[in-house]
Amino acid sequence: MNAPTIEYAELAPLITIFGAAVIGVLIEAFVPRKVRHPVQVAVALLALVAALVQVILLAGTGMVAAVGAVAVDGPALFLQGTILVLAIISVAFFAERRLEAGGDAFAPAASTLPGSEEERILVRERMLQTEVYPLALFAVGGMLLFPAANDLLMLFIALEVMSLPLYLLCGMARRRRLLSQEAALKYFLLGAFSSAIFLFGMAFVYGYAGTLRFGEISEALTANIGQDGILLAGVGLMAVGLLFKVGAVPFHSWTPDVYQGAPTPVTGFMAACTKLAAFGAMVRLFYVAFGGMRTDWQPMLWAVAIATMLVGAVVALTQTDIKRMLAYSSIAHAGFVLTAMVAADQTATAAILFYLATYGIATLGAFAVVTLVRDSGGEATHLAKWAGLGRRSPVLAATFALFLLAFAGIPLTSGFVGKLSVFTAAIDGGAAPLVVVGVIASAIAAFFYVRVIVLMFFSDPAPEGPTVAVPSLWTAVGITLGAAATLLLGIVPGPLLDLAQQASLFVR
Amino acid sequence: MNPTNYLVLSVILFSIGAAGVLVRRNALVAFMSVELMLNAANLAFVTFARMHGNLDGQIVAFFVMVVAAAEVVVGLAIIVTIFRTRRSASVDDASLLKL
Repeated sequence: MNAPTIEYAELAPLITIFGAAVIGVLIEAFVPRKVRHPVQVAVALLALVAALVQVILLAGTGMVAAVGAVAVDGPALFLQGTILVLAIISVAFFAERRLEAGGDAFAPAASTLPGSEEERILVRERMLQTEVYPLALFAVGGMLLFPAANDLLMLFIALEVMSLPLYLLCGMARRRRLLSQEAALKYFLLGAFSSAIFLFGMAFVYGYAGTLRFGEISEALTANIGQDGILLAGVGLMAVGLLFKVGAVPFHSWTPDVYQGAPTPVTGFMAACTKLAAFGAMVRLFYVAFGGMRTDWQPMLWAVAIATMLVGAVVALTQTDIKRMLAYSSIAHAGFVLTAMVAADQTATAAILFYLATYGIATLGAFAVVTLVRDSGGEATHLAKWAGLGRRSPVLAATFALFLLAFAGIPLTSGFVGKLSVFTAAIDGGAAPLVVVGVIASAIAAFFYVRVIVLMFFSDPAPEGPTVAVPSLWTAVGITLGAAATLLLGIVPGPLLDLAQQASLFVR
Repeated sequence: MNPTNYLVLSVILFSIGAAGVLVRRNALVAFMSVELMLNAANLAFVTFARMHGNLDGQIVAFFVMVVAAAEVVVGLAIIVTIFRTRRSASVDDASLLKL
């Protein structure tokens, strides 16, 4: 019996990240507590940058590695590169220590009771939670694997490796720990529920096709006609699991709670990177494995896309918390990406890749701005407290306004080009009615984005309103990069659009 | 024995698990129901592996067991911390996050 060949060079980014995560666990065990924080941050950043360089060096590859289990192709590498860039900025936000007196956004020890004597001692000693960095690296590793998974087993493992650290990260907020723990519990129970449904769907697809590889499933689809019931059940159940991860209606109910309760740097990381990875995996599964039965799954995605866009946009109107509002806006964005997915061709893939990149960078920036607006109770997330922020801190408010305009899809921002490309792809793919709904949903969404901008610039500041904290260089650079990318991709989108176009071919 | 019977059993187990998650209010019981759903999927995988005469489904079952174990570690950690702060494991009590 021959040992399988593993293409280590092509899998290098994954190996780097998982290796660094394991090293991070060892650092927790062996490095003295005083120097652990800088060491962990350095290891995490080094690993992410090294993996990014490796992804860039692999550009143009189109092959399957690890005996067909992992695809190293355009869409996978594009998404991996984007996820790594976003993760580097996220780790910089995680490491921000200037905003909270004596620490970062995380509880010194997640196991201590909030308000207990043990916790007070840890806060007084200025202890920092350093386990977040290895956890974040494991999550990033799962996210890199998820859009590259080319067989069902790898897809499930990547889903879990990505999700499990995120459940934990959600429960570690320094302030408002009850909310944070509640968010972790909800995310965990619903996430575990949806991945069990996903797994059962996987069993049915395997039962139909007799194989786990995407390519062979696609061949089985054309070969066996008949006994479709088991296949349809399988595809439907798998879709539930993936739609849950991207936060599409009717599987969106966790999104606002988790986004609000989680520590804000984690929320930004989750909102940007998880969505990218989950959409990448979903597009690959539906195009490569289930492409032959698209007439069966397109109607389902039509319905989900319409519901997602409308529910996301309409419910966001009624929100009074800025993090919840951004959560509903992210739901609406998932709907916009789904409109392009319905088209199921190469143009659609390119449009989705571009949209996800622009959405990810703007989301990360917006949540980072939220961490800076603070009052005595921590972050001031109630919308009313943001009144008149533009007079107190014009630069910060203008940056936030830029991100909101990008979400709304106003010209000269990246969001406009992204929306234009997904809607064009949807029309070319024969989904014009979806685009009509999409435009209506965008108009509704624009209303509440503009309402926040009006609130910030044209209303009087409250006498005891929040202050804008001065961040360290890390956060400042991160937000500046996000804002610059959002503006630049709106003015000169050509290079990234070309890159997405070149990277849009799935290896089969 | 006809392998289809095992498939029917796995669907029944899955339905019991799903109903348990939706109906039971104790986080631990809801979580045990999720584990039941995972094991129902395992049974389906092993049965299909037998029907197709290949080993892929059995390999998946092993991986799922490991994943379920990891999920237990994470899940119990979250449930225990929330129980220590609230003295309750009911999912109805955890309702601060609302509109």
